Amino acid sequence: MAGPSLSSSAELRNATAEPPWVRRVLIGLALAFLTLFLFIPLATVFFEAFKKGWDVYLAAVTDDDALSAIKLTLIAAAISVPLNVVFGVAAAWCIAKFEFHGKSVLLTLIDLPFSVSPVVSGLIYVLVFGLQGWSGEWLRDHDLKVIFAVPGIVLATVFVTFPFVARELIPLMQAQGREQEEAATVLGASGWQMFWRVTMPNLKWALLYGVILCNARAMGEFGAVSVVSGHIRGQTNTMPLHIEILYNEYQFAAAFAVASLLASLALVTLGLKYLVEQRVKAQLSSARQNNAIPNGGTPA
Amino acid sequence: MFLSRTLLRRHSVLPGFDLALGFTLLYLSLIVLLPLSAAFMKTATMTLPAFWDAVTSPRVLASYRLTFSASLAAATLNAIFGLIIAWVLVRYDFPGKRLVDALVDLPFALPTAVAGITLTALYAENGWIGSHLPFKVSFTPLGVFVALLFIGLPFVVRTLQPVLEDLSQEFEEASATLGANRWQTFRLVILPILAPALLTGFALAFARALGEYGSVIFIAGNIPLVSEITPLMIISKLEQYDVAGATAIAVVMLMLSFVMLLVINLLQAWTRKRQGQ
Repeated sequence: MAGPSLSSSAELRNATAEPPWVRRVLIGLALAFLTLFLFIPLATVFFEAFKKGWDVYLAAVTDDDALSAIKLTLIAAAISVPLNVVFGVAAAWCIAKFEFHGKSVLLTLIDLPFSVSPVVSGLIYVLVFGLQGWSGEWLRDHDLKVIFAVPGIVLATVFVTFPFVARELIPLMQAQGREQEEAATVLGASGWQMFWRVTMPNLKWALLYGVILCNARAMGEFGAVSVVSGHIRGQTNTMPLHIEILYNEYQFAAAFAVASLLASLALVTLGLKYLVEQRVKAQLSSARQNNAIPNGGTPA
Repeated sequence: MFLSRTLLRRHSVLPGFDLALGFTLLYLSLIVLLPLSAAFMKTATMTLPAFWDAVTSPRVLASYRLTFSASLAAATLNAIFGLIIAWVLVRYDFPGKRLVDALVDLPFALPTAVAGITLTALYAENGWIGSHLPFKVSFTPLGVFVALLFIGLPFVVRTLQPVLEDLSQEFEEASATLGANRWQTFRLVILPILAPALLTGFALAFARALGEYGSVIFIAGNIPLVSEITPLMIISKLEQYDVAGATAIAVVMLMLSFVMLLVINLLQAWTRKRQGQ
């Protein structure tokens, strides 16, 4: 196609860009793949949920077992997200603002829960708190239940969402350096004053970002929770587990109705994530430009 | 005070090191390290032959083969399409691009159980997609592959995107000036620069696929020796009250996770080094 009649500027552009037909093929391939594996599945959730009409949908999501599953999911998220926020801030504070021995080991250990299979994450709590486990007899003697009860579900959720907040905060705090906090301290601010007035305002977007991701995983976790739950209807079923039960009972419309609630949550998560991500990225790159590279961070 | 005296490399005027690190270590130990060590201690009470039998029974061996090969195949296809998708999102403009970009993270945000039942319904013999295919997908090993493909999709795209965005066009211009055509430039100039990030994304998708449970069990059909994945073997041992057997398999999976974590850390270090140059 590239005949001699092309202008020189077109040839220049062509030198570092693909011919139009290659572009079209690549865009087509990418969109076809995404349509097949993302967009159609997403649409299917809602299509299947409403296939039998509004009445079936409403009945499924306002059923007693469904409501108690929703409640338990909210409880698990309401406990695990704040716990991991406190941990994330504490971990980011010592890692980003201080130089100490064993820092890289600590960083690796914080990421560890991400590389453990969800099923294994649930199993290790059975080993600690289950009947045959370390504290099994003691718990039974004191009439306490962790496994097949709400505490086990919360613990498993805390484990799988453990790194989310910390890993969003650490790079940002590292890039921001410690000058602002040092100035506050030298000017006489107490530790908490410095923390609430200097550190937290700098962190808010990254913190929100971590909370959004942490919450999405907390509400959607299946494998780990499945191991410790015991699947007692109306008591220890979270929304994903309730979906499994409905599905296995061939109540497909009801299963997809509850699933559509979680899919909506996923869409809201993606929307919020998209909005907050821009701010975090902007903050990170401006912090990297303003500061010399502290703590061995990546140069911008 | 003990922590700051023994661990700090440099004195700092900032407060809170002892409190923050103390809490971090306590929480990390209670939530992660102690429970994980329980798995290793439980297997330490097993005899070696019992451990060996548990982790090498025919059903378990078949599950390793399936988990490993399906994860490898899914991560490979994810690497290829992830590269195309990242390239298209960074280099080209088309209507709806920002929406597509935001939706790429869907597999991260969508609960695995929802993904599982949805893919099963779609690829079943009477499903929207399954009914158009000449072969069965749902309830076969191919279904496992499809679920893992879905789960791993964002990893490659999201590791490649920032690297592609930072990639200066000078290299491509130089290559073109020296007479390379576009394909040669891509193969000999761009691809080597992207290689560490591409491998990192591949490794992340592969590691995630090895442990994946929720999205797979619905579509797999879970036929013994045919379509059972390794995490399911842990569940099935637990359901038979064989906690030791379940833990033995879990320890094998944990070792594999640690190896993958190490590989990924090395790959990320390589990516950073390549980026720094």
